[in-house]
Amino acid sequence: MSNLSESKYRGFKADRSKYPEMENGKPVIDLESHRYTKLWQGPQHPGVTGNMAVELIVNGDEIVSAKTHVGYLHRAFEKLMERRRYIQCFPLVCRICVPEPDTNEYCVSAAMEDLAGITVPERALWLRTLNLEMSRIGSYLMWLGGQAGSLGMGAVGQWTIGMRDFWLDLFEEMTGGRVYHMYMIPGGVRKTLPDGFRDRARGLIVRTRKLLYDVENTFLSNAIIKSRLQGLGVITTEMVDEFGIVGPIARATGRECDIRINNPYVKYGELDVKMLTSTVGDAYARAELRYRDLHQSLDLVTEILNRIPEDGPIQADMPNLLNWKIPAGQTYVKAESTRGEHGFYMVSDGSGKPRRVFARGASYTHAISLLEELAVNISISDLAGLMVSLHTCPPEIER
Amino acid sequence: MEQLVKRINGMIHLKAYNRQRDDLFFITVEKSQLELVLSHLKNNEGFTHLAFLQAVDFLEDSKFQLTYMLYNYDIRVNLGVKVLIGRDKAEMTSIHKLWAHAWQYQRELHELFGINFPGSPRVEESFVLEGWEEMPPMRRDFDTKEYSERTFYQRPGRSTNDPKEYMKEKMYKNYAASPRIRRDDE
Repeated sequence: MSNLSESKYRGFKADRSKYPEMENGKPVIDLESHRYTKLWQGPQHPGVTGNMAVELIVNGDEIVSAKTHVGYLHRAFEKLMERRRYIQCFPLVCRICVPEPDTNEYCVSAAMEDLAGITVPERALWLRTLNLEMSRIGSYLMWLGGQAGSLGMGAVGQWTIGMRDFWLDLFEEMTGGRVYHMYMIPGGVRKTLPDGFRDRARGLIVRTRKLLYDVENTFLSNAIIKSRLQGLGVITTEMVDEFGIVGPIARATGRECDIRINNPYVKYGELDVKMLTSTVGDAYARAELRYRDLHQSLDLVTEILNRIPEDGPIQADMPNLLNWKIPAGQTYVKAESTRGEHGFYMVSDGSGKPRRVFARGASYTHAISLLEELAVNISISDLAGLMVSLHTCPPEIER
Repeated sequence: MEQLVKRINGMIHLKAYNRQRDDLFFITVEKSQLELVLSHLKNNEGFTHLAFLQAVDFLEDSKFQLTYMLYNYDIRVNLGVKVLIGRDKAEMTSIHKLWAHAWQYQRELHELFGINFPGSPRVEESFVLEGWEEMPPMRRDFDTKEYSERTFYQRPGRSTNDPKEYMKEKMYKNYAASPRIRRDDE
């Protein structure tokens, strides 16, 4: 406890003059010298955010080098989609990200609509906005639990995952599915809102805010949490472009990058979305920013619920989807997920199946090149907190 | 955007230019001039964010198309820079010096498409496929079904049936004779 006061600098100011020896600007790590130990964190480890592994070389409890390994979850969605009809892609894409599948559905639908030149009706756009924003809330609640749990505070995780389940109940009412919804299909959405949905959603927003008040008191205002997160994994403004950092992580360094504001899609252009930024760039700033963003999402859902039109079509006139051919072309559609820019690059060659679909997830760079950079010089016990604060999601890396 | 295209056209020869949406444009450049164009776009035109680098296999033309998707935070526009390279012994200049995360995409393309990027760090390392000895699997001529039939075996006791014949045999045996199918307990 003695170093709590000086722990503002968790950058772990280690003396690097003696080890590891540097040769041509690269560290020489000789495992035979018995000064270093190789340690695997993952693929099965409570501190790892899914099915990935970090290969660590440690000196004492300090990480000297880290290397991310993926491949435990490769399901070859992109290859499978090349052999399937457009409508058959939908059960696949939502599985690219488990906590937040709707961003995938939206991007694929929007890419197909962009290539085929289909205009989506007004009411369907509002329903899509509601669905996307609700999935952001679910993902943030899961993240809050993960961040607290990675630092040993299990209670917050149980509260927020429990609350997320109530949001999944709402998803079940709205779409029929709890985790994977397949709600947005090309041309619109599948269903309208059930009776009484709005009131139940408003009630849940109140309950979520009440829970977040508790979370703020126990988690964000906690001295131990602060001492562990402040100064951990500091990202500077210069690193944002260098590493292709997006989303809340980039916003925590002061970069104004929110696709909902910069390139508004669905109905975000008509909503009052605020650009939330911070200037510190460490793990605590990111946590606080995400907490504020969660509150903003709750505000947005309240606003959307009031503005969804009561009647109107929810589907555009579509050709037979089982035999749908899209004219040749290329497009890139992106949306703001809780981890940042989530996009789909789709190439059509005029046949009934896509030529190439590529899913660009934010974790692709965050979990590999950025994590390997930030993990050096921190202690082993902080690595889990760092990984969660980058909000890494391995399924996005190996689509 | 038109002015930008004019400026680039003054530097090099653009093979194609098209506008997909208000915030998405594509240009096609020569293979040899790609690095020049990308560093110009990054340093002078404000396209500082590399969203991704991916390949598309055009088997019929025997070409790979590489797409470098850039983003400009000031004018809020995505620009895709496309390059066509030969499919046999595919090789491309590495851009790992321009962006610190570019090596990841190059490693993926090396493994899944067999495109080589000389000089790119860790390009030979395996990404998702450990111990893979076949043709790079994302190429269009990789036959997934043939590979799985060769590599895996049928679980004992499982048989494959033609659904149409099988259902006729199981359910609709007397379909022609009866006006509708009756259950046994009816």
